[in-house]
Amino acid sequence: MAEKDTMEQIRQKHQEWEQEFYKKAIKENPERKTKFKNLSEIDIKNVYTPEDIKDSDYLNASGFPGEFPYLRGVHPNLYRGRLWTMRQFAGFGSAEETNKRYQYLLGHGETGLSVAFDYPTLYGYDTDHPLARGEFGKCGVAISSLVDMELLFHGIPLDKITTSMTINGPAPIIWAMYIANAENQGISKEKIGGTIQNDILKEYIAQKSYIFPPEPSMRLIVDTFEYGFKQVPKWNTISISGYHIREAGSTAVQELAFTLGDGVEYVKAAMKRGLSIDDFAPRLSFFFNAHNDFFEEIAKYRAARRIWAKEMKALGAKKTRSLWMRFHTQTAGCSLTAQQPEINIVRVTLQALAAVLGGTQSLHTNSMDEALALPSEKAVRIALRTQQIIAEESGVTNTVDPLGGSYYIEWLTNKMEEETYKYFDRVEHLGGVIPAIEKGFFQREIAESAYRYQKETDDSQRVIVGVNRYQLDEEASIPILKMDEKGEERQIRRLQKLRTERDNSKVQKHLEQLCKAAQGDENLMPFILNCVHSYATLGETCQVLRDVFGEYKEQAIY
Amino acid sequence: MVKKIRVLVAKPGLDGHDRGAKIVARALRDAGMEVVYTGLHQTAEQIVNTAMQEDVDVVGLSLLSGAHMTLFVDVAVSMKEKKMDDVLIIGGGIIPQEDVPGLKKAGIAEVFGPGTPVEEIVNYIKKNVKR
Repeated sequence: MAEKDTMEQIRQKHQEWEQEFYKKAIKENPERKTKFKNLSEIDIKNVYTPEDIKDSDYLNASGFPGEFPYLRGVHPNLYRGRLWTMRQFAGFGSAEETNKRYQYLLGHGETGLSVAFDYPTLYGYDTDHPLARGEFGKCGVAISSLVDMELLFHGIPLDKITTSMTINGPAPIIWAMYIANAENQGISKEKIGGTIQNDILKEYIAQKSYIFPPEPSMRLIVDTFEYGFKQVPKWNTISISGYHIREAGSTAVQELAFTLGDGVEYVKAAMKRGLSIDDFAPRLSFFFNAHNDFFEEIAKYRAARRIWAKEMKALGAKKTRSLWMRFHTQTAGCSLTAQQPEINIVRVTLQALAAVLGGTQSLHTNSMDEALALPSEKAVRIALRTQQIIAEESGVTNTVDPLGGSYYIEWLTNKMEEETYKYFDRVEHLGGVIPAIEKGFFQREIAESAYRYQKETDDSQRVIVGVNRYQLDEEASIPILKMDEKGEERQIRRLQKLRTERDNSKVQKHLEQLCKAAQGDENLMPFILNCVHSYATLGETCQVLRDVFGEYKEQAIY
Repeated sequence: MVKKIRVLVAKPGLDGHDRGAKIVARALRDAGMEVVYTGLHQTAEQIVNTAMQEDVDVVGLSLLSGAHMTLFVDVAVSMKEKKMDDVLIIGGGIIPQEDVPGLKKAGIAEVFGPGTPVEEIVNYIKKNVKR
């Protein structure tokens, strides 16, 4: 098409249209805003044409799905072959309660598991630690030892279902518990599949569940990379996450840039240790947010794939899989409203659709009640059904990258890539990712964006339905999840029983061996596995590492 | 010169969600108040001590982990014990409506949920500050 009409003809015609036709039209119908922009503050034009993508030639910039630079997808046939994994992030109360929720979700057609841990677990504390007060099971499940892990996955075939675990500071310990549990059931390490989040950089930047300082944290992460490709080959040893960066208030461009920047940082750290990039890179995975601006989100995922492939190639990756940016998506929790919670179903549908049109490998859809509490059974079922409707009824899965070739989408994809490289330069100028964290660069950038978003909402420049427009005088209440109040007591009794009944000399021996190894430079995974196999608790194992590595303290910036 | 209202914005417990706390801290500062932000991972005891040392008029607690019935109440009880009755305590975060009466009974004067314009918090403080 563009070849038949020359670019010059299009340019001329566009000018005429703009000058004569459009100008007249907006005199009669003035535009609603003086400026249209997306959530990354990128100005959006009235229309996009072949002129906007004239510098990108198809074969180099896009190519075919499954081929470099993977703009259109990492798999040649994408959802025509296999649908994305429907993976609802879930966890609350005790391991028994959460196990019931998993059985419920799997019974309703969920195809993968995703574990939410409570705060004490995320910080490597047992349920009976003083700092765990009030937090048991509140925003995830409490896992203090292998006993809890056994209960969590009771009756779930670990060789058939893959599990994603949102755990960072204590990731090697929780992963070791998962491996140990499988081994105790006679399932070998090579057979289990899943993901540990294990992304500490975004913890310093945004999510803030860090334990150790950057250097030992990076060492632990590289330990898991190495152990993973050697022993647990189907496991994704990291999920490099933009989700939390976005939830903390970043723009889509910042999410994209900071996440991929973190990714490159991990690759460099592992290479510095002497690992070969094509050994560990195929098991790096990503995790993005799906926020409100539909096309911006789709462009973000597409740009991420191309940037990652180019960066990995530049770092020397040769294997196809090393170049793949495979990702999980979760719809934006921060976009949900406590007001008129049912309308969140509509927000989630649009966000989920963006993720699918962006080619996600797995997806979590938020439940309508999550601005109020953890999801009820009904709310989470509707969220899962939302994915099933997109997958089975909407027809968007019939072809790969259906929006590829849209002038707007391609232009926006290029634009987001361009903005990402500007951030890469700024971070490099600050000395790299970790120095930039220490200088508060990312934290400040995110806080600025978050504040601006809030201001625009408060001033009603940004309309949030049900919040600053179309409000109800009286809000109807919806039923909220109730947790078993006896759960905490039961968990603490279980922990105390474990501590008296296990072979404590064995526990002690393994903890001491871990302590010694942590002071040296061996891979810590085998030592950690010994600890959890002997039923050392999460808190005990983590304390050994706390003693050796110290704890990270951040400087609060607002 | 009118004395500026002094506010402590605090994050009790292990919750790392600090987007709201930081936005509120900045908005209160922009509204002319003196703001101290504790940073993350504070115990109730640490928060109360900071409130005393900084001689604040208002303590604003932010929590999204669901542990508010324990941690907000811990702060309120401890402040009562220390006779800090003239300090206004407010809270915000992911807090179901049904928990609000219990929090108010414990001494949290008002609870602000998601979607609250920051100006509402500013006005509330100006109207209700006790000293």
